[in-house]
Amino acid sequence: MKNLYKLFSIIILIITSNSYSFAAEKVEYLKTDWSFKGLFGKFDRASLQRGYQVYTEVCASCHSMKYLSYRNLAEPGGPEFSEAQAKAIAASFEVTDGPNSDGEMFTRPGKLSDKFVMPYDNVKAAQAANGGAYPPDMSVLVKARGGGVDYIYSLLQGYEEAPSNVSLDDGVYYNKYMYGNKIRMAAPLSDGLVEYGDGTNATVEQMSKDVTTFLMWSAEPHLESRHKMGFKAIVYLIILTVLVYFSMKRIWSRVESEV
Amino acid sequence: MSDHDYRPKSKVGQWFNDRLPLLTLANHLTDYPTPKNLNYWWTFGGILTFCLITQIVTGLTLAMHYIAHADMAFESVEHIMRDVNYGWLIRYIHANGASMFFLAVYIHIFRSLFYGSYKAPREIIWIIGIIIYLLMMAAAFMGYVLPWGQMSFWGATVITNLFSAIPLVGEGIVTWLWGGYSVDNPTLTRFFTLHYLIPFLILGLVVLHIWALHVPGNNNPVGIDVKKPSKDTVPFHPYIVIKDGFALLMFMIVFAFFVFYAPNILGHADNYIEANPMVTPAHIVPEWYLLPFYAILRSVPDKLLGVVAMLSAILILAVLPWLDTSKIRSAVFRPLYKQFYWILVADVLILGYVGAMPAEGLYLLIARVATAYYFLHFLVILPVLGFKEKTLPVPLSITEPVLGGPLNLAAARNKESKIE
Repeated sequence: MKNLYKLFSIIILIITSNSYSFAAEKVEYLKTDWSFKGLFGKFDRASLQRGYQVYTEVCASCHSMKYLSYRNLAEPGGPEFSEAQAKAIAASFEVTDGPNSDGEMFTRPGKLSDKFVMPYDNVKAAQAANGGAYPPDMSVLVKARGGGVDYIYSLLQGYEEAPSNVSLDDGVYYNKYMYGNKIRMAAPLSDGLVEYGDGTNATVEQMSKDVTTFLMWSAEPHLESRHKMGFKAIVYLIILTVLVYFSMKRIWSRVESEV
Repeated sequence: MSDHDYRPKSKVGQWFNDRLPLLTLANHLTDYPTPKNLNYWWTFGGILTFCLITQIVTGLTLAMHYIAHADMAFESVEHIMRDVNYGWLIRYIHANGASMFFLAVYIHIFRSLFYGSYKAPREIIWIIGIIIYLLMMAAAFMGYVLPWGQMSFWGATVITNLFSAIPLVGEGIVTWLWGGYSVDNPTLTRFFTLHYLIPFLILGLVVLHIWALHVPGNNNPVGIDVKKPSKDTVPFHPYIVIKDGFALLMFMIVFAFFVFYAPNILGHADNYIEANPMVTPAHIVPEWYLLPFYAILRSVPDKLLGVVAMLSAILILAVLPWLDTSKIRSAVFRPLYKQFYWILVADVLILGYVGAMPAEGLYLLIARVATAYYFLHFLVILPVLGFKEKTLPVPLSITEPVLGGPLNLAAARNKESKIE
C-alpha cells in the first residue's frame, strides 16, 4: 500500500507539473482572494453583478460573449439578477431577427432567450475596427489563458510606461503581464470609469476583480453546482470505501484463518 | 478453464444452459480460482474495465449532443457545458476519464513488467494488451481533436504530418488521411467516426484479454505457477470482487477530485480557443500520457527515423516475452532486474518530463540519453540479464514461505506481496 501511495503521488505530481511546464516564462501574477476557489467556493453575487456592469459598459464595446444568453443572468449560480432585471437588460439591446413574412430582416428589443449581442458582425469587422487585432470572445477567456483568473486580473492592472529599451508601434501598449509585453488593447480601466449602483468605490483594482469574477462565471456557469456535487460525491465515496474496507477485512479473515 | 461439469439447479436453467452455456460462464467467472497473494497492483485490471465502460457510457451521451463539423464542434461543446443538463459533468468525466484510463493502464503495464506477467504462458494476453494500448492512444488522440480547439487542430496537424516521413507515398497518405490538403472538416468527421468505433474494438479485445487470462490463470507476486484450485487460490467471488471494489473506490476518489475540483488541470488552456488555421500556438504539446513517446520522436534529428523510433518504442513491448530471457518471472527473486526495473521507470518519467519541454539545449540532450537507455534496457540489458543474473531461490507454493520456508522468502513476501 505504501508503494501504491508513493507511485500515485509521483504520477499525480508529474501530471500536474506538466500543466505548469512553462512556468519559467511566466511572471508572478497579482494575487487576490477569489471566493470561488476551494472545496466550497461560491461566487460573490454582488461582485458578479458589478462585473457584469463593467463588462457591458467597458469590455462589450469590443469583446463579444457569444455563448451566453440573457437568461443566464437570472439563473442560479450566476449574478442572479431577478427575472425582471434580466428582461430589462435584454430589452435594452437591439436584436436583429427575421426574416419576417415579407422576407425582411428587422430589429426588435432583446428577449431572455437571445444570445448576448455581439459588438461586431464578424471577425473581419472586429479586426478592421481594432487595427487588425481581433478582440477575443470572452465567453471562455479565463479557461483559454494559462494563468486563468490571476492572469486576467493582473493583465488589467499591468499597464505601465514601456522601459526605455522597448519601442512600441502605434496602437501597441506595454503590459508587464502580457506574453511578450506588447498588447494591442489600450488600458481599458481607469479609476471611477463606471459608477457602481451599490456604492462600491470603482477603483481599477476593484473593477478588475469584479470583471474577472464575472468572466470566471461566464466560462464556468455551473461552478457552484460542481463544487456542491463534488463535495457530496467525495464524502459518499469515502464512506462507501470505509464500509467496503471493513467488509473486505471480514471476508478475507476467512482465508487467513484457514492458512 | 476450470470446471465444465457445472449444471444449473433449475429445469429452465438446464434447458437454457444446454443451448447457450451462459450460466456455465457465470459460474466459471464466480468460481475462477485466483492466487490469494495478489496485491493491490493487481486491482488495476478491474479499474481499467471500469474506465472503459465509463468512457463508453459518457461518450455515447456526449455524442448525442456533439456536432462533428468544423464550424460547429467548438460551439456544440460549449452547448454541452452550458445548456445540456449535467453536460458539464458528463464532459468533465469523459475528458478526465481519458487521463485516469492512461494512469491506470500505465500502472497495469508496469505491474506486468515488475512481476514478469508477460512471460510464458501469458504471451498472448500481453500482446493483446499492447494492441489495446495502441488503440487507446489512437482513440485518445482522436478524441482530443473533437472539441476543435487550437491544440486539437495543431495536435492533429503535427501527428498526421508524421506520416509524410514515409518515403515516396508519405505525402499521398497524409492527404488521404486528411481528406483534403489540410486538417479540416473531412478530417474532423472521420476522426469522430473512428473515435466512436475504437472503444468497441477495445471492448472486444478486452474480452479476448480476459479469456486468454483465464486459460493459464493469474500470475502472482511470487511469480510461480499455482495449482488450481488449491490452498494457494481463492474463488474470484467474493474475495477478489470485494478487493477490486475497494481499490476501485479509492481510485474513484482521485478521479472525482479531478472532475469536480480540477477539471481542466490536465488539459491545455489553448484548447479553449477555437481552432484557427492561421495562428500557430507557441508550444504544441500532446496530452501528458503521450509525452514519453513525443520525447522519443523529437530526440531523433531525422523525421523518418524519429517516427520509426517512436513506433519501435511501443512495438518493442510486443516482443518483450522473447527479449526477456530469464526463466524467473517475479522481480522479487531477481535482485539485478529489480534495480534495472526502477531505472526504467525513472527513465520513462524523465522522457515524459522532457517531452513537455522545448526540444532544445539540455532538454534535448536528456531526451536523447533517455531514449537511448530505453532501447538499451529492452534490447541489451534484458536479454543479457537472463543469462548473467543470480536469482534468489523461488518457493514451491504461495503458502510455503508462511509455513516455514526459508527466512529471506518470508521477508520478501511480507514486503512485496501483502494480502489483506
